[in-house]
Amino acid sequence: MKLPNHPADFEAGDGTPLKSNAPRSGARTDAIDDSPVLAGTTDQTALVVKELTKRFGERTAFSDVSFQVAYGEVFGFLGPNGAGKTTTVRTLGTLIAATSGAATVAGIPLNAENGADIRKRISIMPESPGLYWRLTVTENLEYFAGLYGLRQAGPRIQDALEAVNLVDRADDLCGALSKGLRQRVALARTLLSEPTILFLDEPTSGLDPVAALEVHHLIDELRRRGVTIFLTTHRLEEAEKLCDRVAILNTTLRTVGRPQDLRAQLFASALVVKTLAPLHDPDQLFSSIPAVQGWHSDAPGSYELSVSDPRVAAPEVTRGLVSAGADVLSIGEAQHSLEEVYLELIDEDVEASRR
Amino acid sequence: MIGLDAVRVRAVIRKELQDYRRKRSIVVTMSILPCIFLINPVLTIFLTSASTASSALDKTVSISLIFFLVIPVIMPSTLAAYSVVGEREQGTLEPLLTTPIRRQELIFGKAAAVMIPTVALSYAVFGIFLCAVWLFANSVVASALFQQGPILLALLLFTPLLAGWSIVVGMAISVRASEIRVAQQLGILASVPLIGVFVLLAVGVIRPTFLVAILFAAGLLVIDVRALRVVDRMFDRERLVTGAKAARQ
Repeated sequence: MKLPNHPADFEAGDGTPLKSNAPRSGARTDAIDDSPVLAGTTDQTALVVKELTKRFGERTAFSDVSFQVAYGEVFGFLGPNGAGKTTTVRTLGTLIAATSGAATVAGIPLNAENGADIRKRISIMPESPGLYWRLTVTENLEYFAGLYGLRQAGPRIQDALEAVNLVDRADDLCGALSKGLRQRVALARTLLSEPTILFLDEPTSGLDPVAALEVHHLIDELRRRGVTIFLTTHRLEEAEKLCDRVAILNTTLRTVGRPQDLRAQLFASALVVKTLAPLHDPDQLFSSIPAVQGWHSDAPGSYELSVSDPRVAAPEVTRGLVSAGADVLSIGEAQHSLEEVYLELIDEDVEASRR
Repeated sequence: MIGLDAVRVRAVIRKELQDYRRKRSIVVTMSILPCIFLINPVLTIFLTSASTASSALDKTVSISLIFFLVIPVIMPSTLAAYSVVGEREQGTLEPLLTTPIRRQELIFGKAAAVMIPTVALSYAVFGIFLCAVWLFANSVVASALFQQGPILLALLLFTPLLAGWSIVVGMAISVRASEIRVAQQLGILASVPLIGVFVLLAVGVIRPTFLVAILFAAGLLVIDVRALRVVDRMFDRERLVTGAKAARQ
């Protein structure tokens, strides 16, 4: 797999950089390790993972995983249950040791000696909020502020509570909060240290749609602040909505890229044609149009045409249909969701395992 | 303490103490246990006749005082055994381990948080007992008690050291136990070797003198420090988070 080695590799399709490509002001800069980072990386890179593997005895959690994440990017990490997403986050978060491979996290090489320095620059929100139920929201945050070594934590706590809109619940016991509110407290906790990289492991798991939407707004707000976010999820619409790029993991990394690029890679360009009534002889009609490479019909009056360039093919198809006397309802480019990309890749794995 | 971040250690101690205060079962247990161990010395001192022979009186008084050494052994064992496995069961261990806190800071903070109420309560109960004896006990019996210099010194020195032993053993069990109940049951085992020493003291095999008290205290201090290092080595983030032992690269 090709790793993007240049900041331009992190640019959006129009050539503009993806968000801010540097640690935001106010990010911690102390205790920077001066060990050489991985070859091919730049100071624009928040996260570099190269051929990382984790095994538990005979079981492989993930294998040979390589990718990079730019500063300020929202990077989605997708995969089915048991794919190794959480183990990857735990490994990058220095909770567990990789079996082989290398990584740099916020510019610091990932190894046991650098664990505390890496953890100063990152925050991890595990799937379960992990709050102390007998303590209030503020007491929970004060505790974690202390663990990050913050001496005057009051303003930070206030900022974090404001960011998650929980100022009025600051004195409530965490055990008395709803699941959605607990998730918000956990998010506030991750903001206390003003992390360079924020790992969110299934942040909307188990939340109702309204609470999930609130979390999405918070992630959007963090993106605007320039925080690099590593989001693991199996909610594909969430990844599509929030992430600049996504990686799909199923023990090995199946693909990584922008959602639209993945769709283009996996699915041939196609036009979807809908007519009022089924065409009399669609085979003869479509084979007479040079831009159409093939076609199939899923339903009467609905045709999907394989084309090399939809913008060239659409006018030709329109003319062909009109000259054939068809009543055209619509002609449009076929849109494949991230879900289809995901299922396509995961299905390939399932079929490969059957063979 | 060298190498430990005071802010992080203080944060752990403060949070643990807040948590204890809010958990009624902990408050009740910590209040009742010393009272139970107070019953025997109180009955012994206040029911012993002043006409008892001097040597018999000395023995009775010294045995009753030894009961106070059981308090710092028994009281912290449950809390120490809960300290790590409890966090794991309530799902707070992983967020805690993702912070920059080092394992030494976490272990020291948690041990100190158990030690503070244990030692405070043990000394408080002992102090109240001595005051009660001085004010209300028969003067002959009271005088016999206050002449037990080596045992009184042992009580002062041993209380934090015995608590330290019990805490360290409890934490060692806690970092390896799979569930709270098992950890707490095993934690009680911490007191077994010490109860053996109490028996030897009670039956007179070990004669309490100032030298014996100081030597035992020094020995306990060495054991506590070594045991703390063992717990530090046993603390494996990967094992605690995943249940699997970390592979050494």
